[in-house]
Amino acid sequence: MREDLARAGLLEGQVRIPAGCAIAAIVATDGKPMSGHDIITSMEPMRERSSGLGGGFAGYGIYPKYADCFAFHFFFDSRDSRKTTEAYLEQGCEVVNRELIPIRKMARITDEPLIWRYVIKPHRSVLSRLQLDENEYVVRLVMHINTSIDGAYVFSCGKNMGIFKAVGYPEDVGRYYRLEEYEAYQWTAHGRYPTNTPGWWGGAHPFGLLDWSVVHNGEISSYDANRRFIEMFGYRCTLQTDTEVITYIADYLLRRQKLSLQETAHVMAAPFWSTIEHLDMRDPEGARKRAELAYLRKVFPSLLVTGPFSIILGFNGGCMALNDRLKLRSLVAAHKGNRVFIASEEAAIRAIEPDARDIFAPAGGVPYIVRVDGVEGGLA
Amino acid sequence: MSAQNRIPSGIDYLPPLFQVIRNADRCIDCNVCVKQCANGVHVRDAQTGRLSTVDELCVDCQRCVCFCPTHALQICEAPNRYRPNANWTPQIMRGSYKQAGTGGVLLSSMGNPNEQTVYWDKLLINASQVTNPSIDPLREPMETRCYLGRRPTSVMRDANGAIDTSLPPHLELAMPMLFSAMSYGSISLNAHKVLARAARELGIYYNTGEGGLHQDLYEYGENTITQVASGRFGVFKGYLEAGAAIEVKIGQGAKPGIGGHLPGAKIVGDISRTRMVPEGSDAISPAPHHDIYSIEDLRQLVMGLKAATDGRKPVIVKVAAVHNIAAIASGIARSGADIIAIDGLRGGTGAAPTMIRDNVGIPIELALAAVDSRLRAEGIRNDVSLLVGGSIRCSADVVKAIALGADACYVGTAALLAMGCHLCRNCHSGRCNWGIATQQPELVKRLNVDQGVERLVKLMRAWNSEVMEFMGGMGINSIEALRGNRLMLRGVDLNESELEILGISYAGR
Amino acid sequence: MGETIQLEDCLGERFIGAGASDARIEIEGIPGNALGAYLDGACVEVFGNAQDAVGDTMNDGRIIIHGNVGDTAGYAMRGGEIYVKGDAGYRAGVHMKEYGDKRPVMVIGGCTGSFLGEYQAGGLIIVLGLEAGRKGRPIVSNFPCTGMHGGMVVLKGDAVDAGILFPPQVDVRVVDAADCALIAPFVRNYALFFGADGDDILQGPFTLVTPLSHNPYTRLYVAN
Repeated sequence: MREDLARAGLLEGQVRIPAGCAIAAIVATDGKPMSGHDIITSMEPMRERSSGLGGGFAGYGIYPKYADCFAFHFFFDSRDSRKTTEAYLEQGCEVVNRELIPIRKMARITDEPLIWRYVIKPHRSVLSRLQLDENEYVVRLVMHINTSIDGAYVFSCGKNMGIFKAVGYPEDVGRYYRLEEYEAYQWTAHGRYPTNTPGWWGGAHPFGLLDWSVVHNGEISSYDANRRFIEMFGYRCTLQTDTEVITYIADYLLRRQKLSLQETAHVMAAPFWSTIEHLDMRDPEGARKRAELAYLRKVFPSLLVTGPFSIILGFNGGCMALNDRLKLRSLVAAHKGNRVFIASEEAAIRAIEPDARDIFAPAGGVPYIVRVDGVEGGLA
Repeated sequence: MSAQNRIPSGIDYLPPLFQVIRNADRCIDCNVCVKQCANGVHVRDAQTGRLSTVDELCVDCQRCVCFCPTHALQICEAPNRYRPNANWTPQIMRGSYKQAGTGGVLLSSMGNPNEQTVYWDKLLINASQVTNPSIDPLREPMETRCYLGRRPTSVMRDANGAIDTSLPPHLELAMPMLFSAMSYGSISLNAHKVLARAARELGIYYNTGEGGLHQDLYEYGENTITQVASGRFGVFKGYLEAGAAIEVKIGQGAKPGIGGHLPGAKIVGDISRTRMVPEGSDAISPAPHHDIYSIEDLRQLVMGLKAATDGRKPVIVKVAAVHNIAAIASGIARSGADIIAIDGLRGGTGAAPTMIRDNVGIPIELALAAVDSRLRAEGIRNDVSLLVGGSIRCSADVVKAIALGADACYVGTAALLAMGCHLCRNCHSGRCNWGIATQQPELVKRLNVDQGVERLVKLMRAWNSEVMEFMGGMGINSIEALRGNRLMLRGVDLNESELEILGISYAGR
Repeated sequence: MGETIQLEDCLGERFIGAGASDARIEIEGIPGNALGAYLDGACVEVFGNAQDAVGDTMNDGRIIIHGNVGDTAGYAMRGGEIYVKGDAGYRAGVHMKEYGDKRPVMVIGGCTGSFLGEYQAGGLIIVLGLEAGRKGRPIVSNFPCTGMHGGMVVLKGDAVDAGILFPPQVDVRVVDAADCALIAPFVRNYALFFGADGDDILQGPFTLVTPLSHNPYTRLYVAN
């Protein structure tokens, strides 16, 4: 089927595909592991927001045994593309482990590619020869594989985290990947409603790079302005999806420009000038805030993301939920005990925690940041 | 009748291009047409007292038509024509006769009027339907403000981790349009006053051009860009300090590679004082800047201007769109300039050799697309701002230019239209009946400054309203999200090369 | 009123009561989006929160929410009443309108998000901000009443003094409760439904927002 769509020029990467969606996250702020059961249940009441054409999950803390290595999840079209990729990986990395990702066959999930997990560690000698840190090396590795090796696609490449996605309803996708067998302190999830094509496996969400993962609801109107900016810095938007470009923006601002999560939110969902100028200049804190907000808008104008979006950006040690500045998509958060819940609809939260407290909707452009005790902030 | 108005006959005779038709039933003999025409088209016979017209002198400026109280006048194309020939057009034939008679280089005013591809008209703009909401610009916030200037490549912090918010100097524009360079001398002081006051009211900028800054206009410095061209007329420290930014003019779209001169006859009074050129002496702008023979010299000039102004003024480098524009722009971006301005083939002028105007340079749309793509390929697009002009005719052109990658647009001719210009293309004659491209006091005073400001402000605000409508339709509420957003454009009637250079898809894809 | 329908353990089911004209619907749990859309006379009561688009284009009837509502509550509502005990999200009452004897009313006990009453064309929106102080947030967020060209918004307290910015096309006046007599019956309803003290709520100043013109955009266009 992928070939047919490819011939029609309808695959991600060949045409831009906007999508509507449902998103959710569960975070154990005390770092206690949770199986994938609850996050799957959480997606069920939002079935109306998905169309069975893409679902996926990201789990953090799932590979403690390999915490220092990068866990690559691959879709391969054939054994040949896997062998080519493997040879390429081995040029610069030690492959610590390789295995088929375990799945549970089911009737509603079809046309599956070969799904592999490679746990890798870049060789130190290679990093010093290229004068790159390991994150930057891995980013370039992924960009190369995804743009240049036919039939190979890396869809997850972080440390101690993993993305699992497929064409199907999210509940089915979660069971297909046997997520109840994984233990994570944080899960995010996505159900997809692509607007003009059936989609393919690689185009499902979350989208990931290093330990960033993004689930996203909405369609951004700034896409090409954002894409053409971010591609100046080595990123290649091969899928032409909003989620992909948002992930690269986050990586660029957080890892390369070393902005904080708050500052990143103030670039991507910058307050209106009128709001910035309403800050009180007589108050030193107001004046500082005003200067900082204006600075970020002036320096990164092309990373302002407009149009409706709600996203959950996951990373090692927590996540950030963010709405567009007009708040054109819904997003609510709540908590109970040591668990924080975020979802497109309150029903998704009530489905797993009927007594969740302090339900609230973060305002447009105001990031809602959750951090996990005892887990290193990772890249953030 | 003056000597210059004498009409030749025989082999040098050129039949009139226009015919002035007077409706005798409507004419009330009021003499307004006679008074309004500085070209002497309307004459009253001393003996009979009857009104007649000298069609040969008419430039089709429409002044008499507009001011005739009974609308008794019409100007039509003259029915006389040469034997039709698609190759030897009437314009080419007339030029040949003029040159055979005088030996002169053909001179024209305003932008290239010939039929040629206007790429703006081949570009179509997107709008949201279902998957993404359009935004109502009348009610929701819609930001068209933009900042022009250099941007740092990485964020710096102080010892406490706070962002160092200092930035190189920026120009703040309330809307993505500003007025392009038109010198005092080529246009009247009243026209300059209109531009200056409108720029202030609109929160944008006007550009002095290369003729210096009249003393009455120093008070509009915050909305002024002072230009430094090869002639360096009126350039001194006070001038450089007076504006908000300095523009180095290397070239102009209407006459790339060509210098110019303002004849000594026009160097009188205030113009002499403002240009700092003695009365009666020609003001000659050399073709090149004689301190720039290579790209590294440009850096020297840019840095010199910054040194003279303590780095407080952003420096714009303006070039004509020529074949190698992408590489040139890349060199400018690395010269220390804050802003690159590119002027296209169809750009206007007060006077340019016709052949140069119509045949040298490339269209602004292609130049802009090529430059923006090149600067991105080199990873330096965010370092500098990009201004384009020549010619931006309406708000749709502005939206398309920004989607192709421009930060803002220089607007020249449209601003003159707001003041009354009817594009008769005779600026070089100095007898502008609308009081714009003239220094004759009785003509200059026809341009009412208050009214001109009001009209120009209305025009730009109307454009800005339309820009917001376009943006809202696309679901974009800030101009920066439109910048370089080429996915918002599709092409029609374009070949593969054109689509590739413009970086857009054909409509339907 | 017709039969009473009781729904328990609601979990995100959409369109409950859509177009209903003659029933009383009582809901436990969390109803899904578009609760009471096109409602035409029925009464819907939720003993908890509701999600987005409550009372979308409702024509008549009453919706009572014993909790908070999501975004765009009362969108294009043309009649009937909505009472929300707590907060509303973004764009509450967006493009509410009135015609003839239809005059919609929405009462929000807590605070609202940005764009309250965006291009409101009619009807009455009352925001009481009863727990605004405790929550440390303004009674309404940014850009209230943008494009308003009909109807009325009433906010409890002096919103101007609280630093809330209104657009130029509306008139904003701070008045005594006595000058706001028309809100009293709806505030008393609110007190009745949610067990509050109506007289107490009606004490003190109110901010009254009305449009300066019903045709604010006529000058924007010129025939071409």
